[in-house]
Amino acid sequence: MKKNGFLFQMKKGILDENPVLVQLLGMCPTLALTTQVSNAIGMGLAATVVLICSNLLISLLRHIIPKQVRIAAFIVIISGFVTAVELLMKAYLFELYQSLGIFLSLIVVNCIILARAEAYASKNKPLPSAVDGLASGLGFTFALIIMAVVREVLGSGTILGYDITFGVFEPAMMIAQPAGAFITLGMIIAVVQKIKNRSSDKERHERLVKAEPKRREEVK
Amino acid sequence: MQDNNFNEMNLLTAAPSPHIKRPASIRSSMVEVIIALMPAAIFGCYIFGWRALAVLLISTASAMLFEFLYQRLMKKPILIKDGSAALTGLLLGMNLPSSVPLWLPVIGSAFAILVVKQLFGGMGRNFLNPALAARAFLLFSWPAHMSNYTGMVNKIPIGETDITASATVLSQIKEGVTPNASLLDLFIGNCDGVIGEISAALLILGGIYLLARGIIGWQIPVTYIGTCAVMFFAFPQVAGVGRVDAMLYELLTGGLMLGAIYMATDYVTCPITKWGRVIFGVGCGLLTFFFRVFGANAEGVSFAILIMNSLVWYIDFATKPRIFGGGKRHAS
Repeated sequence: MKKNGFLFQMKKGILDENPVLVQLLGMCPTLALTTQVSNAIGMGLAATVVLICSNLLISLLRHIIPKQVRIAAFIVIISGFVTAVELLMKAYLFELYQSLGIFLSLIVVNCIILARAEAYASKNKPLPSAVDGLASGLGFTFALIIMAVVREVLGSGTILGYDITFGVFEPAMMIAQPAGAFITLGMIIAVVQKIKNRSSDKERHERLVKAEPKRREEVK
Repeated sequence: MQDNNFNEMNLLTAAPSPHIKRPASIRSSMVEVIIALMPAAIFGCYIFGWRALAVLLISTASAMLFEFLYQRLMKKPILIKDGSAALTGLLLGMNLPSSVPLWLPVIGSAFAILVVKQLFGGMGRNFLNPALAARAFLLFSWPAHMSNYTGMVNKIPIGETDITASATVLSQIKEGVTPNASLLDLFIGNCDGVIGEISAALLILGGIYLLARGIIGWQIPVTYIGTCAVMFFAFPQVAGVGRVDAMLYELLTGGLMLGAIYMATDYVTCPITKWGRVIFGVGCGLLTFFFRVFGANAEGVSFAILIMNSLVWYIDFATKPRIFGGGKRHAS
């Protein structure tokens, strides 16, 4: 895989440096909006659109924006795109707009977007920056959807609004409440870390096994 | 008990202090607590019938099973014989109404053992009492099942409780109705409630046994119940009775005795120092008062203990004893 190639960047954004599950950014919408899968998809895609556009524009303007006021400039650009997304959603997806509520406007201060602007878009060319925005946005969406699937199935017994309990199990309401959001997030992060570190754990184990006879000799 | 063993083996060891040890282990402490809980548990089974026994057995067995499975799957030493999982399961079962569906204690045990205890590192490393955290989880997840107290099948033929009474005394107090059970009923346990909390007399009896055996200190139960007594005497909320009666109603109903004697004193989740335990008990008492008076639920004992559990680290730190000759307290 070519370094800085398209696939490399996508894998980095979605898995290795997933903004939510690895960098722990954007916790507020992750915890608050993942009670329903539809909310998670809407929020994730809205943030992705903003990320791509703001990364692209910030990258184009990276030589013009003075270093001292860059954060303020980034925020102005981001809030411009957020306002556009908000108005579009209000016009065409009013139900989703209502269920996302204040969190849609709060994309402006979402750490993921500012982090990508500061860490990547302000130092790289426009096209890689846009791809980076896409990758981070999809990583965010991916994490939100996993959270929301777990919480909607266990907490409400539905998926995308359809009842899937068939009268067999009663959903645990706490999973849909804030405390359940923290527990679910913790578990998912643990699983992701386990998967992510599996190869390095294996290497470490093999290294230790190899070193063990030598260590025993030294102890003697 | 093991005096011969004690003298021969442990008295003359060349090692740093402590030199004289009690032959106490996790297992012996847990067994003592389970023995102390038995009268109240058996009484609960008498009042609520076979269903209560089934709930207790299922919760205890499933707690032990989950402990075994986790330790097996994670390739850790299997410590199921130390009795701590059995005690957690028993306490959880005693904190459930007898009318719950029988899958509820299984899920509660899974949450207590897997999430609250093992994920934080297992025995001795959990920062919340597993049984209480599981009870809170079940209460928030299935509130309808957890507040359905209609399981009474027998009663002791003293006192005046009407067996058809459906509301617990605590919810009657909360609604401002004069309770329909007498203080004697509550003391003996002729009332609805969760399986293990109803008989204040037997719980106190078990508490005295634990105190006499040196398993628990007096600080937490006494300060906890004392703080509740003072607060409910000063601000009575039971309609239609005098101050002293109002206070006694509050002390004898709900999970206060069970919580103060058996749950708040859990070694793992209570402070180490004596003054820390006093602060812990007073804090539990105040929070219980606030939850019962201002909270949405009628009962607040479990939430009070859980909140104080999460403050134990700070309490221990604040009451750290001064090393002899080590300068002023809190010296920088």
